[in-house]
Amino acid sequence: MAKWMSVAQVKEKIKESSAEEVTARYLELIGKSKINGYVTVSDKALEQAKKIDAEGHDGPLAGVPIAIKDNISVAGLPNSCGSKILEGYIPPFNAHVIEKLLAAGAVILGKTNMDEFAMGSSTETSHFGPSANPWDLERIPGGSSGGSAAVVAAGEAPFALGSDTGGSVRCPAAFCGVVGLKPTHGAVSRYGVVAYANSLEQVGPLANNVEDIAVLMDVIAGYDRRDSTSIESKTEYQKALVDDIKDLKIGVPKEFFGEGIHPDVEKAVWDAIHKYESLGASWEEVSMPNIKYALASYYIIAMSEAASNLARFDGTRHGLRANGENWHAMVSKTRAEGFGTETKRRILLGTYALSAGYHDKYYLKALKVRTLVKQDFDKALSKVNLLMAPTTPNPAFKIGEKIEDPLTLYLSDVNTCPINLAGLSSISVPCGFTDGLPIGLQIIGKPFDEPSVLRAAYTFEQNTDYHTKRPPEVA
Amino acid sequence: MITKEDVEHIGWLARIEISEQETVEYMEKLNSVLEYFGQLDELPTEDIDPTYHVAEVYNVFREDEVEECLPQETVLVNTENKQDGAFRVPKIG
Amino acid sequence: MAYENPDGVKIGLEIHIQLNKLKTKMFCGCSTDYHNAAPNTHTCPICLGLPGTLPVLNKKVVEAAIKVGLALEGEIAEETQFHRKNYFYPDLPKGFQITQYDYPIVSNGKVVIEGEDGEHVVGITRAHMEEDPGKLVHIGSIEKSKGVLIDYNRSGMPLIETVTEPDMRSPKEARRFLDKFRNILEYLDVFDGNLEGAMRVDANVSVHWGTRVEVKNISSHKGVERALLYEIMRQKNVIRRGGKIVQETRHFDEGRGVTISMRTKEEAEDYRYFREPDLMPMRVRDWIPKIKETLPELPDAKRARFIEQYGITDMHARSLTSKIMLADFYEAVCAKGVDPKVAATWTADVFLGELNYRDLLISSYDGGTIGFIHAKDPEVKNSFKVLGMTELVNLFSEGKVSDRAAVEVIRTILDGTEEKTPSQIIKEKGLFKAEDDLVTKAVAEAIAENAAAVQDYLGGTEKSLNFLVGQVMKKTKGTADAKTARELIVKELKE
Repeated sequence: MAKWMSVAQVKEKIKESSAEEVTARYLELIGKSKINGYVTVSDKALEQAKKIDAEGHDGPLAGVPIAIKDNISVAGLPNSCGSKILEGYIPPFNAHVIEKLLAAGAVILGKTNMDEFAMGSSTETSHFGPSANPWDLERIPGGSSGGSAAVVAAGEAPFALGSDTGGSVRCPAAFCGVVGLKPTHGAVSRYGVVAYANSLEQVGPLANNVEDIAVLMDVIAGYDRRDSTSIESKTEYQKALVDDIKDLKIGVPKEFFGEGIHPDVEKAVWDAIHKYESLGASWEEVSMPNIKYALASYYIIAMSEAASNLARFDGTRHGLRANGENWHAMVSKTRAEGFGTETKRRILLGTYALSAGYHDKYYLKALKVRTLVKQDFDKALSKVNLLMAPTTPNPAFKIGEKIEDPLTLYLSDVNTCPINLAGLSSISVPCGFTDGLPIGLQIIGKPFDEPSVLRAAYTFEQNTDYHTKRPPEVA
Repeated sequence: MITKEDVEHIGWLARIEISEQETVEYMEKLNSVLEYFGQLDELPTEDIDPTYHVAEVYNVFREDEVEECLPQETVLVNTENKQDGAFRVPKIG
Repeated sequence: MAYENPDGVKIGLEIHIQLNKLKTKMFCGCSTDYHNAAPNTHTCPICLGLPGTLPVLNKKVVEAAIKVGLALEGEIAEETQFHRKNYFYPDLPKGFQITQYDYPIVSNGKVVIEGEDGEHVVGITRAHMEEDPGKLVHIGSIEKSKGVLIDYNRSGMPLIETVTEPDMRSPKEARRFLDKFRNILEYLDVFDGNLEGAMRVDANVSVHWGTRVEVKNISSHKGVERALLYEIMRQKNVIRRGGKIVQETRHFDEGRGVTISMRTKEEAEDYRYFREPDLMPMRVRDWIPKIKETLPELPDAKRARFIEQYGITDMHARSLTSKIMLADFYEAVCAKGVDPKVAATWTADVFLGELNYRDLLISSYDGGTIGFIHAKDPEVKNSFKVLGMTELVNLFSEGKVSDRAAVEVIRTILDGTEEKTPSQIIKEKGLFKAEDDLVTKAVAEAIAENAAAVQDYLGGTEKSLNFLVGQVMKKTKGTADAKTARELIVKELKE
């Protein structure tokens, strides 16, 4: 069995052999893993596959294995969000996307490593330690959905679900040389996904090719009455897979090629844009003057929402409980022991940004800046169909290199978080290498214009071979 | 700039116990981030409306229809600290 | 004459009412019918605040809030939204409460009450929707608690919090406001006030137009008058002794009838309100016309109509409209063609009086039967039929039963366990007026046959009267009411 298979190939293999055999093969690979991508391997995966073999299933993903980020609730599997505070917690319910996957016949291999509560860009803030980048085991895979990106890149799952609050799908996709989509806010239900920053985040797929992203989107996207921010849309994602971008107008926002960008990244992205040009597209530079304020705005909003979202981890109903002479002391000690340093920093900053006397200076200000950022995008996207930019200004960094300085770490999100502020759709596709490390091209579309984004990504893939390259260290 | 006292106050609001030594560390790290956030001050925003949500959607409701509750043993399955069907915690104050 | 308010009392109220008539909780599909259920059996991932869950608003909560707003003559906001109120407490499973902050659904309403000096207007500042926390049970007393048990059945119950202006000038006015407010809500059918925890009140009170003190934990509307009387007395005494009233929150100890200062925390509360990102804002003003159509006739309008239509006194009309179920019962009795004035006397004075004496609360009315439960023990139930009242009023109007007998019939029904009509009771107990004639006859005979005893009584020997009563009882074989017999004898001899 080939190590890296597309979903179509996996389905072919299931037909030839069985879902059980395919799942067993992935479990074997996971067993030999060098990347610490999974935090939980499901003990029900084989059973699930056998059941599909025995009973048959006509779903679009019948017997196809998938990896799930550890902040997406799967009934009966631990849901730790990379945190000690959720030690032992097993959700009694499925996230909406999991219900959809199970109905489609997918087999859940396990839960993947992530930065604690999705707060980070490297998986280093995980209580379970960092995952390794399959392209260089001494480097981080990106984050926060680093485990999901790493297992897809290493061939330990054909595809995976992550979540993207400020770049948490696209950044690890870029660092691991896979494809990752952040859908428009409201396109995929957030029910059952442990909230970091509600108004910014979406569940997003990671895969080795654009087609598999579309296959997965057709399963997980759509209206859910349990998520009030869910929006009805009739998008058929696989229909967007057309190898043709003639007349496409591309905008290149120069602010995304700012100070500190790696020259190879800049070159790879421009090469990609010129590739589009050669295929019949046109491009122009666009200016987005408020983008430089996006990162600060993003972090203030995310931390404020997070400080509130994470208040429910109080040792009372589940997870870790420390000893304390009274309830308030117990809660303070539990949270001191259960949360990692970066999570605590963000909770403290978010608490401060919402506190009396500072609410307007930080939180309200950030929301106003968000308006300006969104206006910049609206303006740019009124002139062009799509925007293209580097997903991250630099390739994957070394484990331990940036963890001590929060600000440097935050800068990994500089090109991705503006998209979350504006609620747009955006994908990262492999577009080159520097010193053996993958580079990601970010394609940004209007809200609910995933079809244009996917079409451009698909066309690029059909006319290049970056997505066929595999990391030698885990081959 | 936030002071040691601010860190202690926020720690209390957020119910995170912070040791004497940690207070200083947090103060430095938080101040460096807050300094970065301060760059927003240069942007005039008096006439700008805040964006809470990108989608302008109103009136999302559900019907008043009863759905099944969880059985009590499932509700309590994730804790050892229970008594007579209830969650048990230490005295409050 | 205008009320002078000698102590400069100002009272404002914050009232939480539970929308316990809805089928489901505020943000999830859990049933609201948890009052007799085992702990944590009316919960789901959403109202337990499990990680990843999201709230979706029950439409009926908004409709109820609009109903309340319209009944309070308030304005319904053009745009309204939810906020998070962040604080840590074990009854709050998410670490925040979803409530409304600067965009409440209702503002600027009013309620007219019977004040110290006639009609008095109490302003309604605002009314908003919010979720109820769970319930805590302290092991041991609150002061010496060994631990706390948490039941989240109540978590996520829909509440409407109404905030009044500090317009009440005495504890009596506060109680009257609450009576009226509760009455209105019951008319709207959004709320069953008899259920535990259905209505909770906090009060702001100041004297001599001074500093406001908040009194929390007034769990019943009966408790409010006691709590306020105590607090006003306390404040007056502090001032009399030359002290100063400090702005603080006090806790009403219902058992002892006193207010206790809650330890002032070293850290002030800071709720860090921000808009709930998981709920969309609402624009619901276009619902108003349709909801207006469903609004029932409210107490003031009904009272005016009763006076007009049935020719009854203001006092009777007030009393009959104090409960919508009682008002409906009265109207059903009148519809059977009885004399409405007689029906009003028997319903408002006697029937209601006997209910109050027995601590029975009206809890249901289905068009034919009005039901009650005991205030302290909801298991104790009873009912009274429209037909029973109709029959009784007719028998009385036709002179077939004495008023005493009619009262007896009502008492028998309220105390009885078997269902019986008034005629059955009258027959079984021999309460027809004819029986009264028998007693009169026996009295006349007893007087005629016992001249000596009569003379002794008229000469001041009180004991002789007892002898005469005994004779009457003998003659009527004990069926006469001794008190009636005694009165009849006295009346006869005094004339």
